Amino acid sequence: MQKINSETAFKIFSVITLTILVIFAFLPFVLIFVTSFTDEVFLIKHGYSFFPKKLSLNSYKYLFNNYYTILRAYGVSVFVTAVGTGAGILITTMLAYPMARKDFKYRNILAFVAFFTLLFNGGIVPSYIMWTRVFSINNTYAALIIPNFLMNAFNVLLVRNYYANNVPGEVIESAKIDGAGEMRIFFRIMLPMSVPVVATVGLFTGLAYWNDWINALYYISSPKYYGIQNLLIRLMNNIQFLKSSQAATMLAGREVELPSTGIRMALAVLGILPIIILYPFLQKYLIRGVVMGAVKG
Amino acid sequence: MRTLRKRKNRLGNTLPLMLLAAPGLIYMFINNYIPMFGIFIAFKEIDYKKGIFKSDWVGFKNFRFLFRTNDAFIMTRNTLLYNLAFIVLGTCCSLFIAILMSEVTDRFCSKIFQAGLILPNLISMVVVSYIVYAFLNADTGFINLSILKPLGLEEISWYSEPGRWPFILTLVHLWKTSGYNSIIYIAFIAGIDKGIYESARIDGAGKMKQIFKITLPLLKPVIIIMFLLAVGRIFNSDFGLFYQVPMNSGALYSTTQTIDTYVYRALMQLNDIGMSSAAGLYQSVVGFLLVLGANAIVRKVDPESALF
Repeated sequence: MQKINSETAFKIFSVITLTILVIFAFLPFVLIFVTSFTDEVFLIKHGYSFFPKKLSLNSYKYLFNNYYTILRAYGVSVFVTAVGTGAGILITTMLAYPMARKDFKYRNILAFVAFFTLLFNGGIVPSYIMWTRVFSINNTYAALIIPNFLMNAFNVLLVRNYYANNVPGEVIESAKIDGAGEMRIFFRIMLPMSVPVVATVGLFTGLAYWNDWINALYYISSPKYYGIQNLLIRLMNNIQFLKSSQAATMLAGREVELPSTGIRMALAVLGILPIIILYPFLQKYLIRGVVMGAVKG
Repeated sequence: MRTLRKRKNRLGNTLPLMLLAAPGLIYMFINNYIPMFGIFIAFKEIDYKKGIFKSDWVGFKNFRFLFRTNDAFIMTRNTLLYNLAFIVLGTCCSLFIAILMSEVTDRFCSKIFQAGLILPNLISMVVVSYIVYAFLNADTGFINLSILKPLGLEEISWYSEPGRWPFILTLVHLWKTSGYNSIIYIAFIAGIDKGIYESARIDGAGKMKQIFKITLPLLKPVIIIMFLLAVGRIFNSDFGLFYQVPMNSGALYSTTQTIDTYVYRALMQLNDIGMSSAAGLYQSVVGFLLVLGANAIVRKVDPESALF
């Protein structure tokens, strides 16, 4: 009886502790969310609060009136994430597939070439000089897409292991007997068969692009190319940035106070919204990816 | 006949497979390998007028200058100490979460818990810096106005007091990564044979005893591997955490400067290519040696888990 009690007690303890931990993990998001709906005058007087006495939609109204800047940044982020993730998945799987083919002569060399990049890197200065001096990448969309994130060896090896372990060699053999070429085998058979791992790699890559602000920090000086993250940085440093646009001056006539804190938090909410909306559908791919990455084949 | 066909295949598939691999290889060559050859920059005094290749060789001058500064000591110390704290506390937190999570048998519940705990890992450091700012900013921050003021305590100007940041950044790091890093331990606990617990129960072992005598000992190899791999990365730091979260505040450099933020600041803010590239190469080389060393130890402990 005693033993069963200690187990039940621990179960209850676990659920309660986890509930508290989840609340702690989640509270900061609630604070941001609530603040974005808080009246600015209340905010200045009483600070950030979980239970503001006065709510207001002004921050969102303001963002809505400045829709051009916001939509543009959102557009840049969506475009960069979509193109980067799509291209990244393609070249990652195309490189991983030959590595998984047991009858391919250079598969070990390829794997080593990829693997070595995980061990050693040349550092930021040589890359920076290369991208800016040789490829003149500054202030282009390519600067947001190409450096660092398009492909990484971790994902390549993840996909290679998936192909090696989950796709039977007979599938390739029989396709060959039917006269399919290598390209055809890859695009028509292998790619469709690798949906789970592609989802995982796509998720990792997509998150990296959506959350990236460092490429722009190095290679972008024109706000034209700012995605949502870099707009957030800019807004943190200088709220006047939004104010200077035309719609803002129209609004400024009516508003006494520019709801600067509220606007910042409202934009932060817009920045994490896509992740919060999409995440429940993607969780299993993420967990599978982390586990697959640790249990290497 | 069979060998003949095989040979034909081997010759026949090389070109198409190389073509498939080509885009990725070219990308890797440009993005990763050219910069590796570019490490010679650290041994030159770059003058763009002369061009990178024609700039003068200066030997180890950049390194001598770098290590003569106080910065070299501060950034190395900070990088190492933060990593040490992150590894020890992070492992404890992740293990704790994983052990609790494996008690939750209800699938829906465990999914919700896991989602909530992983979420902080999915957002950008920029948003994290917003969250930290919401708590800490001097005029309207949650801690100053909603906690310290009602308690009658003096308000703190967080962004100019370096002494507090080791705690803040460690807390932020744990908040952001503990849930995510527990995934791997949860998977391993799920793989433990339930029969072992069953027989322990029959022998009269309580829950605590089961955790300390079964779960943790069985996880020991994984914990050691994760620990060693983390030690291999002990010279690296999360640039966003140390640059964006303290808002690039100059007053905090003494406790927030790491090698990664130094490399950025020297290159982009001071325009000092020599110092920046020297610090970068210092990080790469020591990091490389650490990974090799960690892997050698992993291979001794558990050859199956070694990276290479």
